[in-house]
Amino acid sequence: MSLDFSRYKNDFPILNRKVRGGNTLIYLDSGATSQKPETVIEAEANFYRTKNAAVHRGAHLVAEEASEVYEGARENVARFIGAKSDEVIFTKSATESLNLIAYSLGNPESKFHLQPGDEIVVSEMEHHANLIPWQQLAKRVGAKLTWFKITDEGRLDLSDIDKLINKKTKIVAITHQSNVLGTIVPLAQITKAAHAVGAVVVLDACQSAPHFAVDVKKLEVDFLAFSGHKVLGPTGIGVLWGKAELLDHLEPSLFGGSMVDSVTMQGATWAKAPRKFEAGVPNMAQAVGLSAAIDYISKIGMDKVAQHEHDLTKQLISGLQNISGVQVIGPVDMKDRGGVVSFTVDGVHPHDVGQYLDQFGIAVRTGHHCAWPLMRRLNLVGTTRASFHLYNDENEVKVLLDTVSKIKDYFKVSK
Amino acid sequence: MELDSLYQEVILDHYRSPHHKGLSAQKDIQVHHNNPSCGDEITLNLIMDGRFVKDISWDGVGCSISMASASVMSDLLIGKRYEEATKILGAFVELMQSKGQSQGDEVILEDGVAFAGVSKFPARIKCALLGWMAFKDATTQVIK
Repeated sequence: MSLDFSRYKNDFPILNRKVRGGNTLIYLDSGATSQKPETVIEAEANFYRTKNAAVHRGAHLVAEEASEVYEGARENVARFIGAKSDEVIFTKSATESLNLIAYSLGNPESKFHLQPGDEIVVSEMEHHANLIPWQQLAKRVGAKLTWFKITDEGRLDLSDIDKLINKKTKIVAITHQSNVLGTIVPLAQITKAAHAVGAVVVLDACQSAPHFAVDVKKLEVDFLAFSGHKVLGPTGIGVLWGKAELLDHLEPSLFGGSMVDSVTMQGATWAKAPRKFEAGVPNMAQAVGLSAAIDYISKIGMDKVAQHEHDLTKQLISGLQNISGVQVIGPVDMKDRGGVVSFTVDGVHPHDVGQYLDQFGIAVRTGHHCAWPLMRRLNLVGTTRASFHLYNDENEVKVLLDTVSKIKDYFKVSK
Repeated sequence: MELDSLYQEVILDHYRSPHHKGLSAQKDIQVHHNNPSCGDEITLNLIMDGRFVKDISWDGVGCSISMASASVMSDLLIGKRYEEATKILGAFVELMQSKGQSQGDEVILEDGVAFAGVSKFPARIKCALLGWMAFKDATTQVIK
């Protein structure tokens, strides 16, 4: 049966606080950002207390120690995703990671770069952060943006994959798990098709890496991005992973201190990856905080986290299906389905649904979830979204279901 | 509960049966406003007769607060002189910025005072102002 995760809840100080209506917070918005265990908060604060100095510079002890823990964080992230540590680039966010790679792939100085007439493939279920950078890249270089459609069930429609991924395709940028529908995409088929035509695959792992085991070697993607703050880590730290041989051939897209090999008044040459992609003093305390988050979640075990969220998701979906006038938006079949559940309530706008739940201490996300084209495709103005992390429990799902079942009465919606 | 101060009966009535919803065939100007953070949208047609607001009609999708507010706004401003309409708009904006400290002047705002509770919910103020800002935009384009 379901795993007992109750012992972990107390590790997250915010989950004890009271919110509207005097209720204890029921946090169901981890798809937007996760809460942080005390160890992460401490690790970040301790860096400032004891090791704060600019990494990779300075001839003093504290700078050496700062560099050591910063690079240690990189090794830890690498282990977490089955990568080599010099393939891990720290950014400020997953959004920055995706923009960085889009700029580098569009730079004519990069050995592998886009040209007019090339094609970039995305999907209809992308978050804006994995859509707009590619739209902009296509515009800059005169490439064409195409996309996978979705089925009515909310799965990726691969029926035209052979047409979509063709000889002109250079980049396939796709989400690992939809932040709206919870759909986990069938990656193997996509990477196979992309690599057959020499295209690279960029994976948006924002909704996957924090919730189930992600191994870049097994996934056979070429680049992967995720954010620290969704994996129990601090804000201000994101990860871009890329295959070493590709990173070697890519130009950086941010320039400045500490990313150079040599500089003259006329020009500069770059350090090796990952340093050439990390201009400026990086977000060191946040990298260290992320490392603590990875320690925390790894100790529990990603497979257990995934199982726990799977159980909660199943409970929530079947409960929602039993409430009249409530529609689950996204797959209801638990196969390849993550812990993000969108739903609508007939006659009640998502914003009002969210406001009602807030009164009972339940924090959810409402609206288009930064996936506006997906909302248009689904003919929806928005949804209400509950998303899980390891600190949620069965009882919270029960409270959510019970509260949702009263919404239509409150807003006096008939039926 | 606290929520009841937000969802006044008047607001829910306007939401379920909005006034002046449905765009007029004629117009002096049409404006479209949206709230990108939540996806609420409104299209508003304005007809002026000199300095008088002759007609407001609108269509849109959005939450109960944004739709009810557009309904109340149309009721209040149709038939008013531009200066009077601007004064009412100012009073409504002031009410929204009051952080729950103001009840609103019922003589000026009529049904609009029902939105006083919205000012306690920062995320909803933009909802309540959507239709009003569309009206402001439309009038400033027509009244030079």
